[in-house]
Amino acid sequence: MKPAPFGYRRPGSLAEALTAYADASDAKIGAGGQSLIPLLSMRLASVAELIDINGIEELSRITVSEDGVRFGATVRHSDLLAHEQVAAVQPMIPAALHHVAHATIRNRGTTVGSIVHADASGEMPTVFALLDGRLTVQSVRGTRELAAPELFIGPLETSLAADEIATEVFLPALAPRHGVAFDEIARRHGDYALVGVGAVVGLDADGAIASVRAGYVSVSEVPTVVDLGEPLVGHRGEITDDALRAAGELALSHLEPEADIHATAHYRAQLVRVLTGRVVRAAYDDAVARSNRSEGTPSNARS
Amino acid sequence: MTTKSIGEPIARVEDARLVTGQGRYADDLMPGALEMAVLRSPHAHARIVDIDLEAVLDLPGVHAVYTYDDLTGPMAEPLPLLIPHPTLTHGRTQYALAKDEVNYVGEAIAVVVADDRYIAEDAVGRILVSYEFLPPVVGIDKARAAEHLVHDDVPGNVAARMEQGFGDAAGAIAKAPHKLVLDIEVERSAATPMEGRGTVARWDRDLGRMSVWSSTQTSTGVRAAIASKLGLDLGQVDLVTPDVGGGFGVKIVHPWPEELLVPFAARALGRPVKFIEDRREHFISSAHERGQQQHIEVGFDEDGRVLGVDFRFWHDHGAYTPYGLIVPIITSTQFLGPYKIPNYHVVFESLYTNTVIVTPYRGAGRPQAVYAMERMLDAIAAHLGIDRTLVRERNFIQPDEFPYAHGEMSFQDGRPLVYDSGNYPELMAKAKALVGWEDFERFRDEARAEGRKVGIGIACYVEGTGVGPYEGGHVTIETSGKVKVSTGLTTQGQGHQTAFAQIVADELGARFEDVEVVTGDTRRSPYSVGTFASRAAVMSGSAIALAARKAKEKALRLAAQALEVDESDLEINDGVVSVKGAPGTSIDLGTLAVLSNPLRYAFDEASKAATQFVVGDPGKPPVPEGEEPGLEGKDFYSPMRSTFASGIHAVIVETDPDTAEIEILKYAVVHDCGTLINPRIVEGQIHGGVAQGVGGALYERMEYDESGQLLNASFMDFLIPYVTEIPKKIDIDHQVTPSPLNPLGIKGAGEAGVIPTAAAFASAIEDAEGITITSMPISPSQLFDLRLQAAADGTTNQEGTN
Ligand SMILES: Cc1cc2nc3c(=O)[nH]c(=O)nc-3n(C[C@H](O)[C@H](O)[C@H](O)COP(=O)(O)OP(=O)(O)OC[C@H]3O[C@@H](n4cnc5c(N)ncnc54)[C@H](O)[C@@H]3O)c2cc1C
Repeated sequence: MKPAPFGYRRPGSLAEALTAYADASDAKIGAGGQSLIPLLSMRLASVAELIDINGIEELSRITVSEDGVRFGATVRHSDLLAHEQVAAVQPMIPAALHHVAHATIRNRGTTVGSIVHADASGEMPTVFALLDGRLTVQSVRGTRELAAPELFIGPLETSLAADEIATEVFLPALAPRHGVAFDEIARRHGDYALVGVGAVVGLDADGAIASVRAGYVSVSEVPTVVDLGEPLVGHRGEITDDALRAAGELALSHLEPEADIHATAHYRAQLVRVLTGRVVRAAYDDAVARSNRSEGTPSNARS
Repeated sequence: MTTKSIGEPIARVEDARLVTGQGRYADDLMPGALEMAVLRSPHAHARIVDIDLEAVLDLPGVHAVYTYDDLTGPMAEPLPLLIPHPTLTHGRTQYALAKDEVNYVGEAIAVVVADDRYIAEDAVGRILVSYEFLPPVVGIDKARAAEHLVHDDVPGNVAARMEQGFGDAAGAIAKAPHKLVLDIEVERSAATPMEGRGTVARWDRDLGRMSVWSSTQTSTGVRAAIASKLGLDLGQVDLVTPDVGGGFGVKIVHPWPEELLVPFAARALGRPVKFIEDRREHFISSAHERGQQQHIEVGFDEDGRVLGVDFRFWHDHGAYTPYGLIVPIITSTQFLGPYKIPNYHVVFESLYTNTVIVTPYRGAGRPQAVYAMERMLDAIAAHLGIDRTLVRERNFIQPDEFPYAHGEMSFQDGRPLVYDSGNYPELMAKAKALVGWEDFERFRDEARAEGRKVGIGIACYVEGTGVGPYEGGHVTIETSGKVKVSTGLTTQGQGHQTAFAQIVADELGARFEDVEVVTGDTRRSPYSVGTFASRAAVMSGSAIALAARKAKEKALRLAAQALEVDESDLEINDGVVSVKGAPGTSIDLGTLAVLSNPLRYAFDEASKAATQFVVGDPGKPPVPEGEEPGLEGKDFYSPMRSTFASGIHAVIVETDPDTAEIEILKYAVVHDCGTLINPRIVEGQIHGGVAQGVGGALYERMEYDESGQLLNASFMDFLIPYVTEIPKKIDIDHQVTPSPLNPLGIKGAGEAGVIPTAAAFASAIEDAEGITITSMPISPSQLFDLRLQAAADGTTNQEGTN
């Protein structure tokens, strides 16, 4: 388990990195290395040159504003997870990050790297899609911004060109009267999910459900977001089991659960149903709690 | 005697070193050694047509490439068949490097020795092998069907068929008022120690000595194999075990091809050579275990008393049989557990498949045996509608029936299957109390009211431990008063330094802190067998106790002379020999060591005191007749037969009604390993065993596809439970029925934790679900499927037949 020989560079600035990346052939960007290095070591992938972006100071920032959270390409999962303002502005981020691997891997792995690695079994690509995040990519040719539909074009495949470096991601703040929840089932604590679901529920001024969107992990080829509004919009108080079941079935009609050595396709489908119900209910409760907190009105949540 | 050390939960003295990174494992040794990498077969079954090394030879940094053609003499012969049981009629072993044919993905074909492992792997990637594909035989069904053969000359893929028994099982079953038939199975798993295999060798041309360090469970075995294969005298080979990062059975197999090829290359190249196995290699080239299909027919009476059992099973032993039939023989004998089975017939077939070899992994055939027996007893209880513990109690061997012989059965060592001691009814009483068996129905009702599903399971085992032939102990008291102890068997994390020091401290009267233990070094202990079968404490512990007693006798003899008193008036405490009742009249062990060795040359203060001008009786020779210089004791322990430990595990699980996830609510262990040398170490062994048992019950399987590729050859996909998956707390209660077979009354404790775990979980999940469990391990996805199946068939039983 030793990688084949490769060249290694550690540029000190983004400009230097962009030029090096443009000039190199068969090069790859190395961020936290938690996906790339195992692939190289097992010789499932090889590169002529590895361009390590960890020395680029400007990529390590987290900026939080009312609009949302902006983080650079070397920000670790654990940096975001520990950041209190991030949690305040967009609680989906820590809710999902808790499920990404183990502490040691979160200490090295980057969230931007995870998103551009575009693994539909990763939590953060789905969160990126669910929250309508935007990815900034740069090359010597210029800068562009990508949203999930343009970014994720196939399994582990993005629309980044061979000379483009992802520099930062922006995830919008949670809107008022909205709530979030994330849950997943994995074989072991910290493993990639058999199925993971994140949901964002929005309420109208009267506290009835106005919107429900859910993002799915490990049950599609690319990170997939499903609008579950149809069976749920208008509900107040306790959401009925029937409505949640319908939401689960609706979700399944957009997903392609597959069998692997850990689970059959129909077990995964069952988990989609169960988790959709649990997560939508939790996100709705969260929305109600947040609305009450910000408006100081009496609770109309399930007791 | 002052404070007794045996029985005290002394903290392990080795831990500080190991947990602070001061351990020295094979890979830490000899930096700068050349490194070896292995070209392994990517195909499960193929003939090797050609090996093209052209692209490798001129790669800078490559020192040598070897294939089968480079091997001569004994190295060109197949690897040894270590345990040639007479019924192993078609035993086969592989070559150190494949000759003409490969029989599993991972079989070694060629090795490269290079400046470092990177270059060695680059070179391996350049070797071109052309193959002619042969049909792979994967899984027990395919092996039994024998449509294709693994080895052309082994008909039916059957390496061995072994039949044993006593009484008239068929007759008893035919006449029994009740009969049941069970078809059940257990999946493959593997030991997967944290450290894989590793070997380092240095050939000293000047001294003509081969020094080898190997991560092994048998120093003497590997040494003998190297000497014989490389044509060296045994005395030319030293085998030292460095710290070993776990073994769990896989490292008792020897010699692994690399254990021969590393010293072979070191001698040929005149440079130290190292091989360190990586994780993927470990999965595809080190041994697996457990896979069996079992068919049980049982006859019993109204009370659930077993009248006769016919047990047939098919054992998947992989592509070769270097370790003989140990695993299936253990299954076939230890099936009997703590029960009196009046009529028993067992027959197994050990089958070839094109997969990695199967050799003992902690438990070694017992988890399968216990699973078979305990599934059977649960089935009887369900059939008769009586409590599962009652069925067990009614079949227990009673405390006054020891020694208890199971008919004419012989055990894995060829000796009669006779249990030495035990008290199974008391164990059961303790287990029921510990897990709360009697209160469980109330708990189930409460849980049910909340929409929760819970179940309780129980499983009993008897484990033959401490098999022979022998181990030795050597206790030397140095002039400093330090006590150096050596035993030949190896250590891979068990805490031998601590436990053996406790024995010596007590037997000799030395201070625990003064005792230092060395294991697995053939320079110190050339006669030894190895660490397996829960035998270290029984075998080496006993040998060391006997050796310490001899050292003590000599110390007393010398002290009696020095103090001019009678030996019987002396006692030894904390390293000081003194006259009973007159502690002022004393001499310490270090001084006695000085006196024991009359010297001609004084090279330090201590030795000045021992020159022949100072010591001894001028009227006698300096070393009296019948004595030897030095203060030491040496002895061996060789038992008549194994000693039988026992225990019961009980578990409470909760299964999620929606997701079929299985949660452990309570795990209770009651066990009896005779005298406890160190309860803390024993409990640590139980914790580790249960953790591996949870793996075998709920997580681990070897996912071979039809072509013989192992799909989950990494820790990403082979699911060893993390600390988050094992019970937060394991409740433990001890019972002590000392073994009459050895000086300290010890029984083995190393493997027990893993033995009944899968059986206990099967019982608990079945109880929670009301669905018969016939295959382990079980995942949530599989449980979900069973629910769907049961719903479709309408076969869900009423739960709660406790
Ligand atoms: C044992 C284990 C368990 C894990 N479990 C999970 C899990 O449960 N959930 C989960 O989501 N992830 C999991 N991961 C993966 C982890 O989250 C990684 O951190 C993540 O996938 C990639 O981030 P990285 O910074 O390590 O990227 P790297 O490994 O450095 O790179 C990954 C890929 O992205 C490219 N890349 C990285 N950064 C950039 C950039 N700025 N611009 C362009 N290309 C770039 C690289 O070239 C490479 O192709 C696990 C990893 C391990 C080792």
